[in-house]
Amino acid sequence: MLEIKNLHVKLDGESREILKGLTLSVKPGEVHAIMGPNGSGKSTLSYVLSGREGYEVTDGSVTFKGEDLLAMEPDKRAAAGVFLAFQYPIEIPGVATMQFLKVALNAQRKARGQKDISAPDFMRHVKEKAARLNIGQDMLKRPVNVGFSGGEKKRAEILQMAVLEPTLCVLDETDSGLDIDALRVVADGVNALRSPDRAMIVITHYQRLLDYIVPDKVHVLSDGKIVKTGGKELALELEANGYADFAVKAA
Amino acid sequence: MADLDTIELVKDIDVDKYKYGFETDIESELAPKGLNDDIVRFISGRKAEPQWMLDLRLEAFHVWLEMEEPTWARVHYPKIDFQDLHYYSAPKSTAAPTSLDEVDPKLLETYAKLGIPLKEQEILAGVRKQGEASGLDAESGGEYASGNVAVDAVFDSVSVVTTFKDELKKHGVIFCSISEALREHPDLVKQYLFSVVPQGDNFYAALNSAVFSDGSFVYVPPGVRCPMELSTYFRMNAKNTGQFERTLIIADKGSYVSYLEGCTAPTRDESQLHAAVVELIALEDAEIKYSTVQNWYPGDAEGKGGIYNFVTKRGDCRGNRAKISWTQVETGSAITWKYPSCILRGDDSRGEFYSIAISNGRQQVDSGTKMIHLGKNSSSRIIAKGIAAGRSDNTYRGLVSAHRKATNARNFTQCDSLLIGDKCGAHTVPYIESKTSTAQFEHEATTSKISDDQMFYCMSRGLSQEEAVALIVNGFVRDVLQQLPMEFMAETQKLIGISLEGSVG
Repeated sequence: MLEIKNLHVKLDGESREILKGLTLSVKPGEVHAIMGPNGSGKSTLSYVLSGREGYEVTDGSVTFKGEDLLAMEPDKRAAAGVFLAFQYPIEIPGVATMQFLKVALNAQRKARGQKDISAPDFMRHVKEKAARLNIGQDMLKRPVNVGFSGGEKKRAEILQMAVLEPTLCVLDETDSGLDIDALRVVADGVNALRSPDRAMIVITHYQRLLDYIVPDKVHVLSDGKIVKTGGKELALELEANGYADFAVKAA
Repeated sequence: MADLDTIELVKDIDVDKYKYGFETDIESELAPKGLNDDIVRFISGRKAEPQWMLDLRLEAFHVWLEMEEPTWARVHYPKIDFQDLHYYSAPKSTAAPTSLDEVDPKLLETYAKLGIPLKEQEILAGVRKQGEASGLDAESGGEYASGNVAVDAVFDSVSVVTTFKDELKKHGVIFCSISEALREHPDLVKQYLFSVVPQGDNFYAALNSAVFSDGSFVYVPPGVRCPMELSTYFRMNAKNTGQFERTLIIADKGSYVSYLEGCTAPTRDESQLHAAVVELIALEDAEIKYSTVQNWYPGDAEGKGGIYNFVTKRGDCRGNRAKISWTQVETGSAITWKYPSCILRGDDSRGEFYSIAISNGRQQVDSGTKMIHLGKNSSSRIIAKGIAAGRSDNTYRGLVSAHRKATNARNFTQCDSLLIGDKCGAHTVPYIESKTSTAQFEHEATTSKISDDQMFYCMSRGLSQEEAVALIVNGFVRDVLQQLPMEFMAETQKLIGISLEGSVG
């Protein structure tokens, strides 16, 4: 589904590389965890996959379902099935969360040549997904992320993901700023979306999230490269020993 | 949902984004170019006005001759040659329509093309009779379901059609063109015309007073709640004409009326002048809600052509507890010079001003309001949202003043500016004067940009660049949009998307 080959990325106008030859292959149904210390390039990877401006790919390729992902605008990537759950979700004043969901869903449907979803179908669709994430009508009426608590923002991100039903979910430090109860709700929401035709990349500092979202594979990202890949037990190992080993090896 | 329509529309837009830029080919009667006593007499004569009206016009004209064109606004344009304009233009076949059947079908087509609002278009086009259910109601989920709208349509200088007259008559509401009002209800006109905006009030008001061609007249009798929205469409069609409409609305004691005006003009290289005057009078316990959707041709991307919109709008809360509320959506015109104001004369009277002013390309907007507190406990509220894109300049200019006797006057002002791109400007010029120590005036102002983060966030959810801008801007102006009559909210949201087309990237 997703093939990242020898990806080299730097910030526009800077010479220092952030990703230095990252290679990763993700198949449908798989959940991959990417762990690594601050500054290892985790967030850069998520932004490059979703098409944020300001990054320059100097080498390598990313294909998604056989297509050149890097050639697509962010909205086309979304319509193709890529979703990024932001580490710091953005506020859009005056736009109700419900309205935002509908506009986004219909924009994607249109890009895929589908008709707009009918109002009753949409309401049913959202209600069902929102209930699982403890999101009430009240929160759906509030403007997107405005005045949301840390936990609400993350739940709202997962709600967007659930409503938009992407095939590749990239979760960028979705656990940051969550207490244990909120973490459980968010993880439940994510797990509910696991399916044989949907892949996930879970980016995190800590092993804690992976107790709830159990990955198929764990990768250690250090200094712009994947330096080790293993099963879920690798996360526990990291929790015990820290990233120091890898940082040394990489240097 | 309305915002989806916005997106649809934005997507459908061609290179030429001004979709009202068509010209209707109708034979019209033009007054010769230039302005003098004879032209004033000609206009008055064409309308078969009483002598006193002609005298007032001539008086205004002579005052105007002595006046200087104001230059204090933050707008720049070549000097207007007032002798190089036609001051009267009328579609020939529609000199005195008495029913829809007599209206030139081309005119009706024009209104159909304008597309706003859909429900009225149906009526104007004869698809649906008054009182029949509209197919639009079901489709749009009841968005248009909140009742009928009576329309007065003004084409160049002449009012061509007014709908729902009989229905209004039952309630004693008078809604007609000002020319008709001068003939049918001269006493009312004489009593109130020029009573809020006197002939010599300012340069453009004086010009308008001398040559005003048509406009709407509304009178709502005591205690009557006008049963429907009243609406006027102004359309400038003929070349080199100035449009000078004059609107007069009187809400008698304890009455209520909601009124909406919409404006468009064809695309032209040369600029056209529009200098309107609106006077509102709210007597004791009366309320007037006046909404404007102004979409005059803004000129092309380089600033060629477009309407010069110099408008004087003022309401007088003449009685105690009277209320006047202005809502304006300004997306068009090359130059906008407009300050809908409230004179809060009555005790406990209230004035409101809600504004969305969008400028793109090379448009220049200098707009705001004046809240003049004269009565005790009078209160006012100003919410102004300015959106500047392209190379445009967008200025909010507002005055809040309290007279010595206006004890406990209150005002709350909020001015928010949103910048799109880095070649436009937003300016806020508030004037606050208080002669009583008991007045409480609050002023809040913010300036922000559409951030790259917001754009990326929206696009990462599947919205195109245009869709993202339209959504963010519609969110920004939400507080004001909610003040518009339901029937016009959807159209306005579309218009916002259209106006900002091409503002990013």
